[in-house]
Formats: sequence, structure tokens, C-alpha cells
Amino acid sequence: MAYDVQTWINLAAYVGGGLAMGLGAVGAAIGEGYTAAQANEALGQNPEMSGDVFKSMLVGQAIAESASIFALVIAILLLFVNPSAPSAITASSLFGAGLCMGLGAIGSGVGSGIPGGQACLGIVRQPAAAGKLTTNMLIGSAVCQTPAIFAMVVALVLIFIDYSNAPLFPTWAALIGAGLSMGLSAIGSGMGGGFAAGASCEGIARQPESAANVTTTMLVGQAVSQTPAIFGLLISFVLMFKSHEASTTLSASMALLGAGICMGFGGIGPGIGNGMAAEGAVRWVARNMSHAGELMRIMLVGQAVSQSTAIYAMVISLVLIFVL
Amino acid sequence: MAIEGADIVKAAAFLGAGLAMGLGAIGPGIGEGMAAAKTCEAIGKNPKEAGLLTRTMLVGQAVSESTGIYSLVVALLLLFVV
Repeated sequence: MAYDVQTWINLAAYVGGGLAMGLGAVGAAIGEGYTAAQANEALGQNPEMSGDVFKSMLVGQAIAESASIFALVIAILLLFVNPSAPSAITASSLFGAGLCMGLGAIGSGVGSGIPGGQACLGIVRQPAAAGKLTTNMLIGSAVCQTPAIFAMVVALVLIFIDYSNAPLFPTWAALIGAGLSMGLSAIGSGMGGGFAAGASCEGIARQPESAANVTTTMLVGQAVSQTPAIFGLLISFVLMFKSHEASTTLSASMALLGAGICMGFGGIGPGIGNGMAAEGAVRWVARNMSHAGELMRIMLVGQAVSQSTAIYAMVISLVLIFVL
Repeated sequence: MAIEGADIVKAAAFLGAGLAMGLGAIGPGIGEGMAAAKTCEAIGKNPKEAGLLTRTMLVGQAVSESTGIYSLVVALLLLFVV
């Protein structure tokens, strides 16, 4: 069974496009469902507020939806892409792009839905703070989208950069590894950012005068939660742009694929953990504003420890890429 | 692509090292985050005990970290020793 290069490219692009949209739909749907569930709970408590709650639910869901719209864009690009210099490597770069975008949209979709839902509950609880809540929700869920945006950047690079001069072995593995590294590590950071943003909406509804402190703590916590996704982005850029020495051994390819898998999975846990730490801190800054500084300090210490395993994963990935 | 036995073994060790460290990092990351979240909660309720709580959090996190370190050790063994 021998196929020409174009057949392999089509195969990879179609499977990649399917994975991009299929996986990319998971997160947004869960996140939006959560928002709608909280909105219904809020309406059950106070049906009079249905107009405000409905508006806030739709805005929250629209932001969560953007992750899956990125996935849709990449999927359509993959279905109709016409590579300028088709080669066997193009097949692996297109497949990697699909994996990257599909996995990368999961976390952001789930995460962005959480602040939307909490904002709906908060508006019913504290109608006077509706403006503050909406602003905070928008900031929080926008930050949750960054991992999905990183994933889209990597997917676009994989689709449009011409790799035809690179050696097929081991570049094929580096490109799939780059997709996995960014896509998987975005899951944790997207969800973690959502936990922090959800707690901040809840906190502002409870104590509207704490809004400034709560939003600041949320942003610091979310920024730290993003770092695993940034490590993932770094490793995928190294995998995509380093010129890999030609080698037909299986081990050279697997070292690069392994580097991507290592950083990708390694970013999930710390991203979620950092988000949980931020959630705890934000929740209690709202309840005990006089100790905001202390809470932020403890949050950062806890996040630093939680981050350590992502750093181990990055070290192992760099060793796999540069030392072996 | 000529594949020899030694090459397959090396390839498996590299892939295994990536899986060991990657999957091994998930648990400690989540667990340590939970510990930090609960510590923030406790400090919010009772700020006077911040020192004790921080100490306890760090000890708890250190224990939770141990599986991450096992993963790191196994990954390094797979890369450089086996």
C-alpha cells in the first residue's frame, strides 16, 4: 500500500480538523452549561431580576464560546488548507495543529463559564453591584481565554510555516510534540483561571466594597495560573523553531515527542492547583479584607510550591530536546 | 527507517520518561493547590494563626510533592541510567 504525499496530507488535515472541533467543543459546552445552571438557580431565588440575569448569562456564555470558535476557525482552515510546499512533514504539522487547538480549547471553555455563572448568582444577591460584577466577570473570563489563544497561535504557526526543507525524521515528531505540549498544558491553566474568577465574582457579590482588592488578587492569582500554559508555549516554540538534526533513529523522534507529552501533561495539574489556591485566597480576601496582604502572600507561596512539578516537567522536556 | 532493538529500547525510555514526569506532575500540582486554598480559608477565618498554618501547609505540600519527585527521579533514571 503506497500513497502519495497529498493523500497523507489530506488524511492528516481531515483527522486534525475533526479533532480540533470535536475536542474544542467539549470545554465551551460544559462551561456554558454551568453558566446557564447558575443563572437558573439565580432566577429561582428572584424571578424579578430575569432581565439582568439573562443579559449577564448571555455575555458570560459568549466569552466561553470564543474558545470553541477558535477551534472552529482552525478546523475549517484544516479542511480547506492548500499547503504551498506540500511534503510529508506537512501531514504531521497539520495533525499537530488540530490536536493543539482541540485540546487547548477545553480548559478555557470550562474556565470562562465559571465566572459567568457566579456573576448571575451575584447579581441576584446584590443588585446594586451589578456593574462591578459584570466588569470583574469580563476581566476574569477574558484572562481565562489566553491559553486558548496561545493554542490558536501555535496551531496557526503549524499550519502556515513551511517545513519542507527540514529533515522529515525527527521533525515530524517535534511538530506533533509541539501541538501536544501547548494543547495539553492549556487545559489546566484555563480551568485554574476560571476557579479564581468564579470566586472573585462570588466575593464581590458578598462584599461589593472589596471589589478593588478582590480583582487585584484574582489577576495576580490568574497570572500565576497561566504560567504552566506559558511553559507549554515555550516548549512548543522550541520544538517548532529549533533546527533538528536529521536522524533516522526512532529514539531521536521519540525524544522530541516525549518532550511535548511531558510538558503538556505536566502543565495540567499545576494549572488547576494554582487556580484552586487563587480561588481560596480571593474568596477570603472578600470576607476578610483587612488581611488581604497576608492572604496574597500565602497564595503566592502555595502556588510556587504547586508550580514546582510543572518546572520539573519543563526541565525533563528541555533535557529531552537539547541533551539527548 | 531502519529500526534496531537498541534503538526501540532507547525510544521507549525517552517516551516513558516524558509520560512519567508529565502524568506524575498532575497529582501534586492539584493536591498542593488544594492545600494552599484551604490554608487561605483558615487564615481568613483566623489570621492570628497565620504562622502555624503556613508551616502546616508547607509540610503538607512537601509530602504531596514527594510523588512528583519520584516521577522526576524515575524520568531521570530512564533518561540517563537505564
